[in-house]
This record gives sequence, C-alpha cells and structure tokens, in this order.
Amino acid sequence: MATARGGGVLLRRRLAPALGLVPFLAYLLIFLVIPTVVVLAGAFQEKGSFSLTNIDALKEAASRTALGKSVLLSGSTAVIGAVLGAVLAWLVIGARPTSLLRRAVVSLSGVFAQMGGVSLAFAWIATIGYSGAVTNFFRSHLGIDLWGNGWLYALPGLILVYCYFQIPLMVIVFLPALEGIRPQWQEAAVTLGASKWQYFSQVLVPLLRPAFLGCTLLLFANAFAAYATAAALVSQGSPIVPLMIRQALTSEVVLGRQHLAYALALEMVVVVVVVMVLYGLLIRRSAKWLR
Amino acid sequence: MIRVVRWALLLAFAVYFFIPLLAMLDFSTRKIGGAGRTLDAWKALGQDSQLTHAIGASLALAVCTVVLMLVLLLPTMIWVRIRLPKMTRVIEFLCLLPLTIPALVIVVGISGVYAWVNYFFGYSPIVLTFAYVVLVLPYSYRALDASLSSIDVITLAEAARSLGAGWYSVIVRVIVPNVWPGVLSAAFISVALVLGEYTFASLLGNYNTLPVAIALFGKSSGTISVAASLASMLFAAVLLLGLSFFGGRRRMSKGTSS
Repeated sequence: MATARGGGVLLRRRLAPALGLVPFLAYLLIFLVIPTVVVLAGAFQEKGSFSLTNIDALKEAASRTALGKSVLLSGSTAVIGAVLGAVLAWLVIGARPTSLLRRAVVSLSGVFAQMGGVSLAFAWIATIGYSGAVTNFFRSHLGIDLWGNGWLYALPGLILVYCYFQIPLMVIVFLPALEGIRPQWQEAAVTLGASKWQYFSQVLVPLLRPAFLGCTLLLFANAFAAYATAAALVSQGSPIVPLMIRQALTSEVVLGRQHLAYALALEMVVVVVVVMVLYGLLIRRSAKWLR
Repeated sequence: MIRVVRWALLLAFAVYFFIPLLAMLDFSTRKIGGAGRTLDAWKALGQDSQLTHAIGASLALAVCTVVLMLVLLLPTMIWVRIRLPKMTRVIEFLCLLPLTIPALVIVVGISGVYAWVNYFFGYSPIVLTFAYVVLVLPYSYRALDASLSSIDVITLAEAARSLGAGWYSVIVRVIVPNVWPGVLSAAFISVALVLGEYTFASLLGNYNTLPVAIALFGKSSGTISVAASLASMLFAAVLLLGLSFFGGRRRMSKGTSS
C-alpha cells in the first residue's frame, strides 16, 4: 500500500512536468508530423494500396527535365549568390561594426533575404517585363530590346530574380564566419614571412572553405524549396519541380496517378534533407575554427 | 585604387537591389495609354472591395498567427527551461524542422488535416492560422530562445514561486516582461512572413489573402498588382528593420552590462 502510494507520487512527479509539453507536441503532431508522414507514405500508394506507379513516374522524361531544371536553377543561384554575397560581405567587413555602411548592409540584407514571394515577381515584371521601366528606357534611349522572347518568364529570368534573395541571405549567413577571423592570424602569418597572397590562399581560404560550402548548400536548399516567386512569374507550364507539384495538385488528375504530387513532394524532401544534413556537417566543422 | 573598386562594387549592388523598387514606383503611377502620372492604382488599394478584403484577411491572419504562436510556444519554452532541461534539444529540433521540410511538401500532405479544420472552423482565410504557426516556428523559436538565454529563467521562477506565485503568474507577470524584445522580434518576423505567404493560401483552397489577390490582379491590372506589391514590400521592410533595431539594442545593452 505504502509502496503503491510512493509509486504513484513518483509517477506523478515524473509525468507532471511532461504533461506541460502535451499541447505543443499535439499541435506539431497534427500540423507538421502527420502531413509529412502522409506525403512519405502517400508516395508509395495508389488507390489505397501499395504501389510504385508514382515513384516510377519520377523516372519519366517530364519529371526528370523538371528535376534537372530545378537543380540547375538552385545550383546556379546558389553559386552566384554565394560568390556575390561573399564579395558583398567582404566589402563591408572592412568597415567598423558601428559604421553606417555596415549597419545598412546588414539590416537591408535581412529585409531582402525575406523578400521572396509574389511581390518579388511583380517587382521584376515592373522592371524588365514587357513594359517594365528598364525595358522602356533601353528601348527608347538605347535602341536595345531587353524583353527578348520573354526570357524573364523562363529559367534565365528565374535565375536573375532568385539572386535577389539569395545574395542577401549569403551576406547574413556568411558574415559571422568572416567576423570569426582574428587579426592575430594575419599577424602570425606575416611574422612567419607570408605574403598577402599566401595569407589569403593558404590561411583564409582553407579556414573559410567549410563555411562557404555550407552556406552555398543552404542557399541551394532555399532556392530548391522556393515556390511563390516562381508560381507568380510562370503561370503556364511547369519547368521546375515546385511548379510541377502545383500542376499535379490543381489540374485534372491523370488516371492512375492520383498521388503524383506526393511522389514529387517526396523527391523534394529527399533533396532538401540531404543538402541540409551536409550543411549541418560542414557548419559543425567550421565552428571548430571560428570561435 | 582599391577604394574606387570597393565603392564601384557597392554601387553595382545598390543598383541591382534598388532599381526594381524604383521601377515599381514608376510602373504603379503610370497613366494607361497616355503620358503623366496618376495615383489610381494606389487609390484602388483602399477602394477595391476584393483588395480591401484581402488586406483585412492578411492582417487578421498575422494577428491570429502571432497570438497562437506565442500562446503555444512561449509557455512550452519556459516550461522546458524550468522543469525539463533534458528536452531542450528535442524541442529545438522540432521547432527548426519546418526549415528542412519545404512548405510546399506540407501543403501536399495537409489536405486531410484541413478537411477536419474546415469542418470545424469553416472556410474563412483565418483557418490558415494553424498552418502559419508551423511556418513561423523556426524564426520565432530563435528570437525567443535568444531572449530567454539572456535572463536567468530558473532563478526568476524560483523567486516568484517562493513568494507564492502560480505558474500563470510566473510566466505572464514575471518572465514575459523580461523577454519583451524577443517577443517583439518573434512577432515582427511572423507578421512579415504571414503577410507574404502564398504557398498555403493559394494551394490549400485559394483563400483570398493579399498575395493571392496580388497574383490574381496581375492577370487583369498590372499596375494595381505592382502598387500592392510595393506597398507590402515596404511594410515588410519597416517590420524587419524594426526587428534589427530591437536586435541591435539588445546586443548593445548586453555589451554594456558585461
């Protein structure tokens, strides 16, 4: 009897704090875990039973082209964004942390990095769309046709537009790595007789490489998962994976392919998770050095 | 020489980032089929009934998301710090998970859950709140975590408890006033994200929120879309700049105290 009551108190002591987490965990279960599991399981189902039809559909030409273009879009904007973002970060790291230039660049990068979405698509339509301000200026003053055949609404346009949020994101995530560099390292290298170029190529580059590669991967995942800008810019066709998912969700369902959207979503999760895990490993490596 | 290159590069970046904003200003004040300027597109933001409804819905969504996020997340984080420190990593992992699972993937999988949500709460855009709380979770978590780390939660809670305060008082009257900067940061970034969110709103049932309305107007009146886009970008910019202001002030006060 006494032990039973003791056990009850112990149980209550152990369980009572855990009960405080129940609302939060239940919420995440319903609105995050269940949807994810539904996608993972749904990709292998058709008409309620196990099937690989939808996974097979990923191997078809249309899906493979979309994946290829998605990788091309994310890869090119990740590399362009990483290089230009690192340059921009390098330009401001020379300024004092309290200087107006550095504060302005850091704050504005925070703003522009979040500027994806529908508004961004219209910003570029107003700039270099058919009757955009810059298009008009080039047409009337320089006699150059910027519009071309509507490249803004295809892959090249998406690359230009995505860089608008990729470069600032790079500034935000790469700046801490640059800030971690200590002036003592340069002094040490110079004392040992290193030239400026040697310090750059044999000290800075190896030190910053994991952080740079990690940030590039983060940018890749960011572009790969983006949807709104592309959806607002490209209203017809489905050149990249997110837009193919839109088509699979909204258009008439192809017979026997009711779960195509699930398979495409699974493909997307796999790519993003792999990239993010690599990112985590690289960042952990660079954290060892930088602070 | 290096100075010249530096400023030339900075100028090039400034051109790339600010030309589209100026172009939007130019585009949205054009007179269709004539010269001169007009503010018709900007006036439509406050007059067109579909747009005003969309703006109202987006603002209501922003408020509801912030409230539900704070009610759900803040007590949980405080509770974990006080009573369940072992769970810190688990909660952090769960909160940052939406960064790894693209919103589009959640949209594909959430239709079954939303059938129930619509059954209980109807079809107004406000039901998007539930999904948006998940979306803003990583950013809110970071903001709140930074603020909670800068104070001694356990000592504050023990002091309050020993003076006879209940858990409600501990959280609402003792800890929250000490983490206002974090709460504000979390609220600002959540509002900025919710006002721009398009993926859920458009694919989950074409709810009439501001981004959905902007995309829709793009097919008929480009100038109104561009005006609304510029307005929402500037509003988000003010919020996010405010955020960096709070962040900066917090860092500065920390620097002086140490």
